[in-house]
Amino acid sequence: MNSPRPGQRGEFAPTSTSGHHGPQGEVETAPPNSSGGLDLFTLGEPIADTKAPDGPIETRWQRRRFDAKLVNPANRRKLTVIVVGTGLAGGSAAATLGEQGYRVRSYCYQDSPRRAHSIAAQGGINAAKNYRNDGDSIQRLFYDTVKGGDFRSRESNVRRLAEVSVEIIDQAVAQGVPFAREYGGLLDTRSFGGAQVQRTFYARGQTGQQLLLGAYQALERQIGQGRVEMHSRHEMLELIVVDGRARGIVVRDLVTGEIGCDFADAVVLASGGYGNVFYLSTNAKGCNVTATWRAHRKGALFANPCYTQIHPTCIPVSGDHQSKLTLMSESLRNDGRVWVPKAAGDDRPPRQIPEDERDYFLERMYPSFGNLVPRDIASRAAKNVCDSGRGVGQTGLGVYLDFADAIDRLGRSTIADRYGNLFEMYQRITGEDPYEVPMRIYPAVHYTMGGLWVDYDLQATIPGLFVIGEANFSDHGANRLGASALMQGLADGYFVLPSTIADYLAAGPFEALTDEHPEVVAARDDVTDRLSRLLACQGDRTVDSFHRELGQIMWDHCGMERTDAGLRKALAEIRALRDQFWQRVKVPGDGEGLNQALEKAGRVADFFELAELMCVDALHRTESAGGHFRAESQTPEGEAQRDDDHFSYVAAWEFTGADQPPVLHREDLHFEYVHPTQRSYK
Amino acid sequence: MNLTLRIWRQTGPDDPGRMVSYQVPDVSPDMSFLEMLDVLNDRLTLDGEAPVAFDHDCREGICGACGMVINGVAHGPERATTACQLHMRHFRDGQTIDIEPWRAKAFPVIKDLVVDRSAFDRIVAAGGYITAPTGAAPEAHAQLVRKSDADAAFESAACIGCGACVAACPNGSAMLFTAAKVSHLSLLPQGQPERSTRVVGMIDAHDAEGFGGCTNIGECTAVCPKGIPLTSIGRLNRDYLKATRDRDGAPAT
Ligand SMILES: Cc1cc2nc3c(=O)[nH]c(=O)nc-3n(C[C@H](O)[C@H](O)[C@H](O)COP(=O)(O)OP(=O)(O)OC[C@H]3O[C@@H](n4cnc5c(N)ncnc54)[C@H](O)[C@@H]3O)c2cc1C
Ligand code: SF4
Ligand code: FES
Repeated sequence: MNSPRPGQRGEFAPTSTSGHHGPQGEVETAPPNSSGGLDLFTLGEPIADTKAPDGPIETRWQRRRFDAKLVNPANRRKLTVIVVGTGLAGGSAAATLGEQGYRVRSYCYQDSPRRAHSIAAQGGINAAKNYRNDGDSIQRLFYDTVKGGDFRSRESNVRRLAEVSVEIIDQAVAQGVPFAREYGGLLDTRSFGGAQVQRTFYARGQTGQQLLLGAYQALERQIGQGRVEMHSRHEMLELIVVDGRARGIVVRDLVTGEIGCDFADAVVLASGGYGNVFYLSTNAKGCNVTATWRAHRKGALFANPCYTQIHPTCIPVSGDHQSKLTLMSESLRNDGRVWVPKAAGDDRPPRQIPEDERDYFLERMYPSFGNLVPRDIASRAAKNVCDSGRGVGQTGLGVYLDFADAIDRLGRSTIADRYGNLFEMYQRITGEDPYEVPMRIYPAVHYTMGGLWVDYDLQATIPGLFVIGEANFSDHGANRLGASALMQGLADGYFVLPSTIADYLAAGPFEALTDEHPEVVAARDDVTDRLSRLLACQGDRTVDSFHRELGQIMWDHCGMERTDAGLRKALAEIRALRDQFWQRVKVPGDGEGLNQALEKAGRVADFFELAELMCVDALHRTESAGGHFRAESQTPEGEAQRDDDHFSYVAAWEFTGADQPPVLHREDLHFEYVHPTQRSYK
Repeated sequence: MNLTLRIWRQTGPDDPGRMVSYQVPDVSPDMSFLEMLDVLNDRLTLDGEAPVAFDHDCREGICGACGMVINGVAHGPERATTACQLHMRHFRDGQTIDIEPWRAKAFPVIKDLVVDRSAFDRIVAAGGYITAPTGAAPEAHAQLVRKSDADAAFESAACIGCGACVAACPNGSAMLFTAAKVSHLSLLPQGQPERSTRVVGMIDAHDAEGFGGCTNIGECTAVCPKGIPLTSIGRLNRDYLKATRDRDGAPAT
């Protein structure tokens, strides 16, 4: 391998010295690249989280809450908060703010708030309850999360998350969330994602659904009482910023096509993750980056966009028609054995391949963890065997997950008890019976750790703009642990935001706005112009055809494994494809009523811009960390190699204009309580 | 395989609507039903025709967004399967497939296969919750719940709010949907304090939204993708009777 050694600077490391001088006398520009001398980014002022208290970590959250200003109940009625999104984060936040007496207006693009993508989460939610007396504690959950994130998250935030986790379970149980229970009537828990304790609470394979219905019902109660006004089938297409404060949004009514403006004293974005930039992912079809990307364009910094999580056990692509990928729970790896034929091109049916011609590659490569290595490692290993021509199934992009041994050992009925519903789901989709033939699985994009930069109060760099749930970057560093997204979404929505937003709202209400305000007019005009441009192209390619192609570029070059050359190639391809998109896209119909192609077109247009920033971020971070694997930065055993000396920071990107290089602001990370170490699973 | 689709096209609430035929060649048996519609829509778009509007999001049978009547059956021929999880291997070459929206008074058509199901949200807002303001919850283990009760509550809570039950019911009743929520919450100890107000509030909202009454026909459970049993309607009826008796006072003796 002739790539830089760990610790050696890649040529795009932001401290390279080939640029012109900026405000600090130290702004660099990347050297020209092969695609024609484009400057990739410049280095700006560092950024700091000014809201996080210092001092003993155990009392930081308590002290922040005590120091934060309060809003008295009579004044809350005069303050309006817009919440975009009704998933676990947005649903719980809107309900709680309504209960506290604020005037809340809530938005989602689906026909009902209950359908937010959180509904699809399967496995469970972590909480440091230590009901099992197995050595769990807030401290251990904090430690596991910082380590799991490969030391790229903030200690203060993660510590708070671990503390709040215990309250979430109390809250959900009080709402009637039917978690799994033991015969004695106590809550059951299981282990998840390699943790050594059993701290994951679950409701069969439908934990997200049950938690979301809890939040949704609380939200509906507030709607019924007139404290929250719900706007379903509305999509936020722009953020309104007046006098430097986030003051409202421009929305399109997806049924009538009407473009309207809504004003408030604060805006909360809870719009979920951006995994659909890859086109194929386990996300719902409508998941998008538009809300956060529009805010980014208005000045909110976007942090760590290249940190994406790829889940190893998904049902493989079956053909060009594929529209999304389905996750098969990680728990299957407890009893299933992963293998491929030893010989490339061996296309015999799996049961005809004798034992000694099979390669149980995870067991071979990771003898102590075997099939249970962490997500990123299992995913990459599967990709490598497929790249070497040994993948299975029609497309060659799949590996076997075989239950034959487990069925022999435990009997069919035990396996049916454990995984029956997953086996059925698999059979429904593939038409194959996993009791008889091994499952075929392949990794798929699942979660995005990056998102809008927020401080400890969950406030973005635009005052009055708060970002919660998967939409922010806050707590998972470079890799999220299983069952921790639900925990974070609900921590943000039920407990953190409702406390911290008061500190900001205490200065309100702010000046009343009207549709005629110049900033409002400008924001609305931007939206209508964009929509008209999309409708006016009338080219010869569908929105989906562009989205698919963009996704393929991202998957090939900004997916499981990234290289300098691949990322540069991707950047050039994305730019060329984006130009094509704006010339050749065909959006049928008009903007006057329900037009699903127009909705998609707007989302894909924003994905194009995000995709570029992801590649720039991935290119600049020449280390490997968590879900970001740079082929140039690996240990001799082929594992991710961090470079703490140069990259122990959050990369927060500033938008400077279309086709202008973004500005990088670094927030240095400090580890006082958990000391960075190298992960090993051999 | 090659298929003929006859799809309900309706440009908006004021359009009377009609069935329109389309040929779809080269359908792969591995496609999902919605992917087959994607292929049709791509072609319609490039031909300058309006694509067919239909609701969908998760495409894995959990969000409840998708829903269409396929050859006369809500969600199509596979039992316990949403339209998005239905695959083309269950159809044969040369087949004609009729695709229509949910039809019910309380679910007006917005466009093509898209209907307005917001009445469901209003039924929930009328009592389908447990009042537990954030921060006021007791420690989760303060109250034990029998495993059998928790499991039964879960079975009812699994409803995805798709509306197939309403579409299948000759009366256009949403009783299965309402009963699923009532059962979920009334099976749990936390749900007891509001047990009576909940069922009355939800039933009143159900009737006000224009859903029909339940005459125990059972078409609803037959199409329900989550297998919500008819017995939950029995539980709702008992709760309702008790609640209204309590409310109206016991009859004089
Ligand atoms: C298949 C699957 C399984 C998972 N399993 C688990 C698990 O077991 N445990 C775990 O911890 N995590 C899991 N996750 C991750 C977890 O589900 C998500 O990270 C989390 O639910 C995100 O919640 P959210 O509230 O931030 O956003 P979402 O639930 O995605 O909600 C986004 C909301 O924003 C709205 N919205 C978006 N854009 C706009 C716009 N422009 N205008 C208006 N509204 C908009 C949407 O309508 C929606 O209401 C899983 C994820 C997937 C895909
Ligand atoms: S009861 Fe069944 S059919 Fe009716 S809305 Fe719920 S899941 Fe759908
Ligand atoms: S699209 Fe979500 S249930 Fe069918």
